[in-house]
Amino acid sequence: MSIALLLLLALGLGLAGWLAARAKAWGFRRSGSVRLAALPAYHGWYLALWIVIPMVSFIVMWGAIAPGLITQSVLSDPAAAQLPAFGLQRQAMLSEARAVATGNAAAVFNPQAAALVEPYRAAIARYNTIGLLVTLLLGFAAGIYAWLRLKPDFAARTRVERAVMGILLIASLVAILTTLGIFASLVFETVRFFGMVGPLDFLFGLFWGPDPMSNPQTPDASRYGAIPLFWGTIYIGAIIAMIVAIPLGLMSAIYLTQYAPTGVRTWIKPALEILAGVPTVVYGYFAALTVAPAIRDIAVALGASNASSESALAAGLVMGVMIIPFVSSMADDSIAAVPAAMRDGSLALGATRSETIRRVLVPAALPGIVAGVMLAVSRAIGETMIVVMAASTAANLTANPLEAMTTVTVQIVAMLTGEGSFDHPATLSAFALGFVLFLVTLMLNFIALRVVKRFREAYE
Amino acid sequence: MNKAADHSGISSARSEAFAQRLHKRYAAERRFKALGLSAVLFSVAVLIFLLGTMLWNGVGGFQRVEVAVPVDLAAAGMAVDPTVLEQQNALPNLETQGLPQVVEAAAERVLGADAGEAIDPQAWRVVAEEIIANPQLARSSHVFYLPASPELAAGYEGEGSPEMRALAARLTTRGVLSKTFDVGFLSRSDATSAQHAGVWGALKGSFYTMIVTLLLAFPIGVLAAVYLEEYAPRNRWTDIIEVSINNLAAVPSIIFGLLGLAVFLTIFPNLRSAPLIGGMTLALMTMPVIVISGRNAIKAVPPSIRDGALAIGASPVQVVFHHVLPLALPGILTGTIIGMARALGETAPLLMIGMRAFISAPPDGFTAPASVLPVQIFLWSDEVDRGFVERTSAAIVVLLLFLLAMNGLAIYLRNRFEKKW
Repeated sequence: MSIALLLLLALGLGLAGWLAARAKAWGFRRSGSVRLAALPAYHGWYLALWIVIPMVSFIVMWGAIAPGLITQSVLSDPAAAQLPAFGLQRQAMLSEARAVATGNAAAVFNPQAAALVEPYRAAIARYNTIGLLVTLLLGFAAGIYAWLRLKPDFAARTRVERAVMGILLIASLVAILTTLGIFASLVFETVRFFGMVGPLDFLFGLFWGPDPMSNPQTPDASRYGAIPLFWGTIYIGAIIAMIVAIPLGLMSAIYLTQYAPTGVRTWIKPALEILAGVPTVVYGYFAALTVAPAIRDIAVALGASNASSESALAAGLVMGVMIIPFVSSMADDSIAAVPAAMRDGSLALGATRSETIRRVLVPAALPGIVAGVMLAVSRAIGETMIVVMAASTAANLTANPLEAMTTVTVQIVAMLTGEGSFDHPATLSAFALGFVLFLVTLMLNFIALRVVKRFREAYE
Repeated sequence: MNKAADHSGISSARSEAFAQRLHKRYAAERRFKALGLSAVLFSVAVLIFLLGTMLWNGVGGFQRVEVAVPVDLAAAGMAVDPTVLEQQNALPNLETQGLPQVVEAAAERVLGADAGEAIDPQAWRVVAEEIIANPQLARSSHVFYLPASPELAAGYEGEGSPEMRALAARLTTRGVLSKTFDVGFLSRSDATSAQHAGVWGALKGSFYTMIVTLLLAFPIGVLAAVYLEEYAPRNRWTDIIEVSINNLAAVPSIIFGLLGLAVFLTIFPNLRSAPLIGGMTLALMTMPVIVISGRNAIKAVPPSIRDGALAIGASPVQVVFHHVLPLALPGILTGTIIGMARALGETAPLLMIGMRAFISAPPDGFTAPASVLPVQIFLWSDEVDRGFVERTSAAIVVLLLFLLAMNGLAIYLRNRFEKKW
């Protein structure tokens, strides 16, 4: 019995409870002379909530712990005693036997795993039965309890509404839980990493070259210097991309808000929105397939012999294009927030439109524009697919945009998609890099939102 | 400056120098405007170039090089029993009956001794599938269009070894070799050869993943938006919730991948690369988008609606669920679709949770290993084979079409149902 079926069962029982309780409440209304304290439908909801909430919470919990229980009971089987004690082989045999037992595979490859198929099948059947029985028991017990409380003078609506408020509160707490989850998982793995490689070596080292195959017990701290990664990230995301995105985005916003006739605007704005909606993997493919070779060819033609086909320039340029709509819409918002009186005053004094824009509107909107640029930078340095596909994995501390460079996000992907184990500092370094990235983007956003808020208040 | 001009009225204000300055200022104005226009045009040009490149390459990806080979099973001495074809294991049965050899012999009659290199080794499957679909074909001679080998396909494109190029040219002039529209691209799954690769498996994986994302992110997002906009007391807790939602909306997507890896895959180690885990990870990423757009939509419902409902005796919960929420729904749905479109194009977090394995069978559930369309594009983009370059672009075209459809739906909803109060 899969989790989805159990959930369907819970919903079905809930529906049955809803109908039954509503019928019972209608019965009160017909038979008694007493006025019902709540509409019959609320009696229905009361019973349905009592049935569904315990069942669903149990099913979710069961879905998380049952696989572990099943594995444990298989391991306590005598057939499991002959398994290799540790390591990949043991895991491989277990998952092979599981695949056969659940019907995902036709036959085992490894004869030793064959002995485990039957224990697996038995354990799965046993725990499925237990899960089903407990779920049903919970549902019926809670349902009967709620059913007995239904009386004509029972204030079902207030109870239901209290439950609804609780559900709403829990839904909004998911955001806090997610933030905490991100923070906890990053901090936990980062601390483990710093137990192996010193934080100073990591934050200020100048050479990056972790070797996932090396002995995890004796990590070479000098290979974990992240400065080249930070430099590559800043160079691609905050310098090259912004050189493209800031002027183009700002000028687009100015043209669209100040000059463009309505007809043009109705066509250009959706085009910019499409540009913002293109998935980053498409930009990455475009950068790797079209832009990077073109830049290398141009550079070679101009006499730069060491131009790389994974140059920082290609990734940065395409990333800049990706950011244009973002900068443009942020600038658009901040220019629109400048009071019309300032613009009108400047025009009335005889300034041309471009003079008004350059001397009045842009300076007045500057805090908002700067905040928008900060948000754009935070998005650019967290961007992954463009750099994974178009930039290199070789860390390189250089200012030459034609050379290969790598970024924090590229290294996170490289370290975690390899075959390395979770105890190796090379794998854990990805979490430390992620933590740095998380903190930096958080800081940029925090400052930017502050600036925007203060700026809005200044003109309101 | 010019003292005489100051005293001699307006006509002399238009002095030579004044006119020159004015001319300069107007020129600057025109330059500035042209600069703005060119910035906009640059973005549009890049967009057109990007889409054009993908379409141009993608057209080739929807086709494949095929060889027309007449196969006569009856003449080859292979009797095909129609009842066998209806069974589940018809394909392996045909293989043991010697279909691959029959097909190869038939190909050799057309192509000469080079057939082994010219026809894809898996070409017999095409014949087998067509026979299974239509057993009549086994009775007489029928022309099958078999996929050419990757080498011959490269030769057809004018690349690869000189022999293959020569062979391709010979076969093309004989009218046997041609590049035709390949419907199978949309119905097959990932394969090691570009000739056999298709996007159906990835599409199905994307579909399952999006279902999970929607089922989790939509209710949680809408309920959180309702709570924050309608009921939340102004206190420290509410501030913390708001700050964390705003921050989550700005956290790089790859960080969500790290969360999925560290939390979800620790709890469910057996579900590596399953749509369930991918969907849960993307749901956390989409939820803040839905909360923010949902709050804006709820905010847009005028207070008079709430006051009216309260005045005739509705409870606060009834006000929201009977009146405010239905009116805000179009706005919420628009935001949801845009958030889902973003999730559909997302790649990085899914790479983190292991959805990058080579998976040649379409997933048949939420817990089966799967790939998704953007990840498929990423995996194919790493292949050097020319055929995969075209397949990648074709997959991108498919992805962009889906995104376009979703965004179109969002715009339609916005225009059709959104009320201006």
